[in-house]
Amino acid sequence: MASGVKPRVKVPKTAAAGEAITIKTLISHKMESGQRKGDDGNIIPRSIINRFVAEFNGQNIIDVTLEPAISTNPYFQFEALVPEAGEFHFIWYDDDGSVYETKKSINIA
Amino acid sequence: MKRPQILTRAMAVTVATLCAASASADPDEDSLTINGEIEIMTEAAAPAHLDDVDTIYSGWRFRSDETQSMQMDDFDNPAMIFVEAAAEAWDQVEGTEGKSCGTCHDDVDNMRGVRAVYPKWSETAGEVRTLEHQINDCRENQMGADSWNYTGGDMAAMVGLISSVSRGLPVNVAIDGPAQSTWEMGKELYYTRTGQLELSCANCHEDSYGLMIRADHLSQGQINGFPTYRLKNTKLNSVHGRFKGCVRDTRAETYKPGSTEFIALELYVASRGNGLSVEGPSVRN
Repeated sequence: MASGVKPRVKVPKTAAAGEAITIKTLISHKMESGQRKGDDGNIIPRSIINRFVAEFNGQNIIDVTLEPAISTNPYFQFEALVPEAGEFHFIWYDDDGSVYETKKSINIA
Repeated sequence: MKRPQILTRAMAVTVATLCAASASADPDEDSLTINGEIEIMTEAAAPAHLDDVDTIYSGWRFRSDETQSMQMDDFDNPAMIFVEAAAEAWDQVEGTEGKSCGTCHDDVDNMRGVRAVYPKWSETAGEVRTLEHQINDCRENQMGADSWNYTGGDMAAMVGLISSVSRGLPVNVAIDGPAQSTWEMGKELYYTRTGQLELSCANCHEDSYGLMIRADHLSQGQINGFPTYRLKNTKLNSVHGRFKGCVRDTRAETYKPGSTEFIALELYVASRGNGLSVEGPSVRN
């Protein structure tokens, strides 16, 4: 079980219709690779975020597969076109089955 | 008689190379605004007690554009993850008295200005105290909780949280009155050469700032940006942890974090940055 997991997202509150906006996301997660050994010599089991998805009004805008070599607290920055007012939905999938979600709405200026 | 001449020439070449390096490693001209609203003074006239330096610069000015930009937005600043954790700890009740930090101090914004004046003379304790000491004093005597490791993660995060609400305010530690003897002890330490390499703080951070130290830019060693998130170890680093690292690098036995010597040194080094803005938690490489 990963503890202290907390998603953070930065989305502008307003945008012009059709404008490309920059979205920043960060989730605090230890991203244990499964390659390391603990003090007792046994392998520390893998525990990572394995998938990240962002949607806008139900339409997928990014779908990322994360691999064990990705560092602690994965950070993604990407651009998205905003055709209309609506809601961004961000979803992170954990190895342990947990799903972390955040929503951000955006208005058209 | 030929050999000394060759040596002299070789030295001249070395000096020339160093000067060439200094031209490119001097502080840059960038200015720092955090979140588009907190203006940070990264350059100021040196405080009156400094004889050999005219202008003081934040270490931020010596970093690359990429590292600098990480500090310009809290979302990009990895230190803020630790600060958020400390904000939770702020309201967490611990110890036998059933108190949290917030029980007495209410909102952490009330701590605005605190970081700027520490280390500070404590009338009740009769000695100069650092922020770390005050946090542990609160934990032990007000909350009845265990004290934190002086350079540990919990402590660095809490100092980071308290620093973060003071960002933009000028560092202004008092060096006169009851703190003067401690300050003088710190000054003595600053100019004392230690270790097998026989280096004092001043040799690098006063005589040679702007030059390269191996692959890194040598700054003035200001501590207005502490605690500092370092890209090399991906955690918050405390002032005394950094002091220990520096003294170790002179190949000396170091003082202990939290010791009288390091408190004095912290007060003196902080006073060298009087006039720069509080920047912590900053990002450095």
